[in-house]
Amino acid sequence: MAMFSQNPIMNGPNYSFSDTPKVNAPEGARQHRFDPYTDNGGSTLAIAGKDFTIMAGDTRLTSGYSINSRYHPKVFKIGGTTADQKDASIVLSVVGFAADGEALKERLDAICKMYRYRHGKAMSVKACAQRLSTILYQKRFFPYYTYAILGGLDEEGNGAVYSYDPVGSYEREQCRAGGAAASLIMPFLDNQVNFKNQYVPGSGEGHALQERPRNPLSRTEVEILVKDAFDGAVERHIEVGDGLQMMVITKDGIEEILLPLKRD
Amino acid sequence: MSSPFSINGGAAVAMVGKDCVAIACDLRLGLQSLTVSNNFPKIFQYGDVFLGLTGLATDVSTVSDLFRYKVNMYRLREERDIAPSTFAHLVSSSLYEKRFGPYFVSPVVAGLDAKTGKPFICGFDSIGCIDFAKDFIVSGTATEQLFGMCESLWEPDMTPDQLFETISQALLNAVDRDALSGWGAHVYIIEKDKVTKRLLKGRQD
Repeated sequence: MAMFSQNPIMNGPNYSFSDTPKVNAPEGARQHRFDPYTDNGGSTLAIAGKDFTIMAGDTRLTSGYSINSRYHPKVFKIGGTTADQKDASIVLSVVGFAADGEALKERLDAICKMYRYRHGKAMSVKACAQRLSTILYQKRFFPYYTYAILGGLDEEGNGAVYSYDPVGSYEREQCRAGGAAASLIMPFLDNQVNFKNQYVPGSGEGHALQERPRNPLSRTEVEILVKDAFDGAVERHIEVGDGLQMMVITKDGIEEILLPLKRD
Repeated sequence: MSSPFSINGGAAVAMVGKDCVAIACDLRLGLQSLTVSNNFPKIFQYGDVFLGLTGLATDVSTVSDLFRYKVNMYRLREERDIAPSTFAHLVSSSLYEKRFGPYFVSPVVAGLDAKTGKPFICGFDSIGCIDFAKDFIVSGTATEQLFGMCESLWEPDMTPDQLFETISQALLNAVDRDALSGWGAHVYIIEKDKVTKRLLKGRQD
């Protein structure tokens, strides 16, 4: 029972999916309710490098304690000229309610394609990021139940990551974890990407302490970090696992990597 | 947010190394979002056994005093210090005694066995179910963050220095992503015949 566990969330469901108790209705009475949302679990992660961005997500799709699919991608190429997205340069990852994620992806992709048709050029990540925020906010009172992350390269060719809440509040960041295991992964990223709580040895005491300088991470370093982050999350979160999908965005295009994760 | 486990906030973690163990806690005491004190340690020493207590602050104080009393009585009767595994079972039975009106605490025990020198850590739920772990135990309002940090930083057979760095980074980065924990930390590194206690400043916000 939740009451005796060390889990801090005691007055709500103890897992991110709903296990809320049934309301006691009088005998014979029937309640009708439209329940439009499900939490399909899973986790995503994005890290911006100097001249690349890596977007990643696990491929498990859950509903309650059930695994509905071991391969359901959460990371999508956006805004290519064709359906196979061969020449796309922007990647969107969505986690939360899978159906809303799918709908959001389709909508953003259509908008990017229309933009290309009208302007004769691909959308920049900056523009795409602002447009995604608008799309999400348009459904302010019946939101897409998704945590989106948008990744690509900015006008200078630097890695860019934009993260969103379900109603479109967004921010450009170096890195971001989203979804069920975000709370497990995010402090690890603070530590290993932004070197938080790391100081130059012997540089002084208190305010004299010097923070460890932030050198840009190489692509191989980031790939290892992503794998380590997910291996940790898989170990302790039941909604994360099966496969790890990674998209590496560089000026030469988008490379997709699929790695196995634990399936238990 | 009115769970007794998350009113006051706080975090604790214990880890195993090579012939050594470590236990650490944050120093915050709060009332929901209001910080009341930045000097509320959650680790208590009984002989050479260490107990970390997170949860409801009033129960943290009560339970820590209760075990000081019980361990003192044990020492008078047995004329020796209590062993970590014995203490773990004392914690377990004492908590289960209150099965239907529990103390709202999540204890963590760490120590070296005095005879064999073998590292011992374990954790409990609030009614005394023991979680024997070979690697690490986490507890408090930053459990999720601590699990993520420990699972990725911890490795087997660390030296005391490596263990100190690992447990400190795990705790510091975990509490920085939890609004109810932080404000400095206490870290104990326990070796065969040496205990090192360090105070970490950490972020003050």
